[in-house]
Amino acid sequence: MDKAKAHIDHNKKVITIRGLEKSFEDYAVLCGIDLDLYQGENLVVLGRSGTGKSVLIKLISGLLKPDKGTIEVLGQDITKISEKELQELRIRIGFSFQSSALYDSMTVRKNLEFPLVRNRKNITREEIDTEVEKVLDAVGLSQTINQMPAELSGGQRKRIGIARTLILNPEIMLYDEPTAGLDPITCIEINDLINEVQQRFNTSSIIITHDLTCAKSTGDRVAMLLDGKFQRVGTFDEVFNTDDDRVKPFFDYNFIQ
Amino acid sequence: MSKTNTTSLPEEKTGVSLKERLAEFFADLYKVHLFVLRFFKEAFVPPFEFREIVRQCFEVGVRSFTLITVTGFIVGLIFTKQSRPSLSEFGATSWLPSLVSIAIMRALAPLVTALIASGKVGSSIGAELGSMRVTEQIDAMEVSGTKPFKYLVCTRVIATTITIPVLASYTAFIALLGGYLNVSMNEGTSYTTFMEQVFEPLTFLDFTASLIKSIVFGFTIGIVGCYQGYYSTKGTEGVGKAANGAVVTAMFIVFIEEIIIVQIIGNFR
Repeated sequence: MDKAKAHIDHNKKVITIRGLEKSFEDYAVLCGIDLDLYQGENLVVLGRSGTGKSVLIKLISGLLKPDKGTIEVLGQDITKISEKELQELRIRIGFSFQSSALYDSMTVRKNLEFPLVRNRKNITREEIDTEVEKVLDAVGLSQTINQMPAELSGGQRKRIGIARTLILNPEIMLYDEPTAGLDPITCIEINDLINEVQQRFNTSSIIITHDLTCAKSTGDRVAMLLDGKFQRVGTFDEVFNTDDDRVKPFFDYNFIQ
Repeated sequence: MSKTNTTSLPEEKTGVSLKERLAEFFADLYKVHLFVLRFFKEAFVPPFEFREIVRQCFEVGVRSFTLITVTGFIVGLIFTKQSRPSLSEFGATSWLPSLVSIAIMRALAPLVTALIASGKVGSSIGAELGSMRVTEQIDAMEVSGTKPFKYLVCTRVIATTITIPVLASYTAFIALLGGYLNVSMNEGTSYTTFMEQVFEPLTFLDFTASLIKSIVFGFTIGIVGCYQGYYSTKGTEGVGKAANGAVVTAMFIVFIEEIIIVQIIGNFR
């Protein structure tokens, strides 16, 4: 499916990152990242394994603390807010994990209900069921409602993972390697789903990947992360229409594959 | 590399390693201290996870019930059987019920229950939380606005703290039944007489001490299991280490606590 034109509001930034630095012991992963994500935009962060792509979205969601710099999400600097404020902010951010991170002791229904029940007090049984059916329908997996995560395929797990984040109606979606480990057909389905989520739920997204097909079909903008910094940011063609020796091999290798 | 260098390297390495190990030990101790403080900070602040606590109590009870029944009965039976020859030398076999009851109530029931629960419940908590950490399920809870520490750790620690004393009481009852079987087969003592003799030497302090011990052991098993699992390192190896660490550390601490509590209670006798 071709990417439909997104309604991006370039006057409204939902994420603003300035001078972000993160090291693990002596290993500097991010060395001064600056980034803006606009309302309604899908931004793809590309880079080789170990360049700090996943670290970046874990910093945005507050799972990791930065060494330096500011991360403003929906108008709040997450490096300065209290634990309670961070918890409230997280409800507005959906995080789709690389491993899907489904609660393996719960059925699909319970997995989807879990964030809803815990964040919306006084919600009725009927409302819960309606919400669960709505997100399951959105990811096209209504038939799996009573299955356990272990009974699902990799692609189905990814979809349920996305459905679980959608149930709280997030304004921002963070996708960590959404197509990793999936066959090409399922990859296309997941890419379509990411675009559908952007259109249907009006979300702004950061998509972490090293899959160029995913980047091309889902990204409104692409940011190339190399040596702890964004070396190139722009549309897919702008980023890869280059003779830069650090960027070009990545593009060539992916398409040879 | 010169000969001098190769011979001096291992010495340097050992020195650093010992220093590192000590630093690691104190860092771990500090982390455990923070973990326990965090438990008290979060466990008694609403919202309370009553449903999950009840579910965990049920899990802890069910997981250990069969093993505790069998072990408790055998401990009571064997202890009575092994004590008989020594007492019969002095013609004091009539003291057997009293001896058995004191041994079971004061030491065996809480200790045996704690050791079995360390193996069954502690390892299970360690492995479960470790696996959740490795597969990013704990992170998923955190980013979906749920407090995973409260939901996963507080509920399990409260459940073990409540359930282990109940299981210890059950172990005492079953062990006494085992003791009764032996006494009844050898002396033909009736159940009523046996029970009268069982309760005769027991004081309020014995029951209180046993209860306090079980509560402390239950708390320890829960905290150690959760700590090992919650801070499990990445990978399947980490899950195994968490499960193993939960059992070994909990058993070790339970024995130390047993010694300390016995000394403290001894001062009140």
